[in-house]
Amino acid sequence: MNRHYRYRKAVEWVNWSLMLFSIGVTVFFLVSILGYVLINGASHINWEFLTALPVPAGESGGGIANALVGSLLVVAIASLMAVPIGVGAAIFINEFPSNRLGATVRFLAEVMTGVPSIVVGLFAYALIVQPWGGFSAFAGSVSYGFIMVPIILISAHEALRLVPDSLREAALALGVPKWRTIIGVVLPVGSRALITGVVLAVSRALGEAAPMLFTAFGNPFWSLNLGKPVATVPLLIYTYATGPYEDWHQKAWAASFVLLIVVLFTSVLTRAFLRGKASE
Amino acid sequence: MNNHTLAVEDAISRSRSQAAVAPLVNQQAEENFRLRVEELSVYYGKNQAVKDVTMSIKTNKVTAMIGPSGCGKSTFLRCLNRMHELIPGARVEGRVLLDGQDLYGSGVDPVDVRRRVGMVFQRPNPFPTMSIRDNVIAGFKLNGIRNRKIHDEVVEKSLRGAALWDEVKEDLHKSGASLSGGQQQRLCIARALAVEPEVLLMDEPCSALDPIATAKIEELIHELKERVTIVIVTHNMQQAARVSDYTGFFYLGELIEFGETGKLFTSPEKRQTEDYITGRFG
Repeated sequence: MNRHYRYRKAVEWVNWSLMLFSIGVTVFFLVSILGYVLINGASHINWEFLTALPVPAGESGGGIANALVGSLLVVAIASLMAVPIGVGAAIFINEFPSNRLGATVRFLAEVMTGVPSIVVGLFAYALIVQPWGGFSAFAGSVSYGFIMVPIILISAHEALRLVPDSLREAALALGVPKWRTIIGVVLPVGSRALITGVVLAVSRALGEAAPMLFTAFGNPFWSLNLGKPVATVPLLIYTYATGPYEDWHQKAWAASFVLLIVVLFTSVLTRAFLRGKASE
Repeated sequence: MNNHTLAVEDAISRSRSQAAVAPLVNQQAEENFRLRVEELSVYYGKNQAVKDVTMSIKTNKVTAMIGPSGCGKSTFLRCLNRMHELIPGARVEGRVLLDGQDLYGSGVDPVDVRRRVGMVFQRPNPFPTMSIRDNVIAGFKLNGIRNRKIHDEVVEKSLRGAALWDEVKEDLHKSGASLSGGQQQRLCIARALAVEPEVLLMDEPCSALDPIATAKIEELIHELKERVTIVIVTHNMQQAARVSDYTGFFYLGELIEFGETGKLFTSPEKRQTEDYITGRFG
């Protein structure tokens, strides 16, 4: 008995150690990345950096305001396209399960999440940039949209799956048509998980540089014209980080820090919003 | 309790007097049938869950379906408002006539059927994103009918009808999920009553509730039958005996016996019925 107890204690100790080790490694890398970006980037953040246009190479000062606004613009337009498509497809897959097309679409979405973002960029180039005859913010939005749709679709599908069938039955038994049941009961009940999925997709798109190379292209000036090239933060980081100037490298760090803060803020604000909603 | 025993005795004596003048009574009673089920068979793929059931359900009476698990009683119930066809692979043959109109006839919209034949489920299922008030009027709101004045009347009337008004009248804005299980089930009954159905189907409405909540629901069923025809499925024979006027015994998808509750429980005609109600199986 006593020996058995000691054995179980030992097994427990080993398991605990393994778990703590895994947690330690995960947290270590997360904190390292955040800390490194913070140390290198935060010191260069000032009002000018956030509000001014970039200056020509060699000059000091300047900022990333146009890239920041450009990123938000491109992602916003991408969301306008991707959210209805992703959520709509998820509704189709989950609410009409007898249709075989649904399973195929879900499978394709899973495959699509694995497509490298640079390939997505190339595709958007062939689809929009070439026929249009030039780089454009809209082409950037389309490429981000391709990245966002499968993420939104899969997370929305999981969200709708968690809505109990008993609630659908309750609405249908009241003589509510199926489409009104979906809009009035299924979507509101699943809204928390739906919103979380959309935020996940937005965060992912905000940080993608590769598709921007062939689509939004970058622009040293202000531009809110969807038909013209536009600067975005990830691409700006890429350009500055691979450039030859020390000043650029510092700006790349600072821009990384800003990007990180924007993504973090989006997540935290959504969580706070959802928590507020839950306690209503 | 005493009331219920009296009701059973009353039912027995009535059945005896009816037997004497059977032809005449049957003719008159024909007009009092709200639902008539004819040769109803239900299949899940190749499995036949309900076999050739024919029965009539009287207006403003409580009709109970009893039988062991898997005997087809719930499936049968769900055919009465076409909820059954939501299950993939399910198929129905035969007719269900509501006031003479075949619910499965061509051109009949299942959505309209469900407006006339309401349902209360085994587990209380109030809409978690809605307040108590919105739950009651969900049948209107979800169908896009917005009229505050009508809503206020319906809320009070339905909650009173479900014997819940006094307990929740101060908390109508609170979430329906904040109520106890028994209150939630009465909220679901109020929600079903709000759209004023002709028939109310109850699928083991007390099986997730404690005895006190169960007693309240049973009491409510007695009050409700003045306004609405009730069909209740229960695995609890005592409950069937307490609340119903007529009882049907299902076994392996067949309606073995159907008749007045008092008679079915005191002198069943079929051997299987007797074995079941005396607890020999099930």
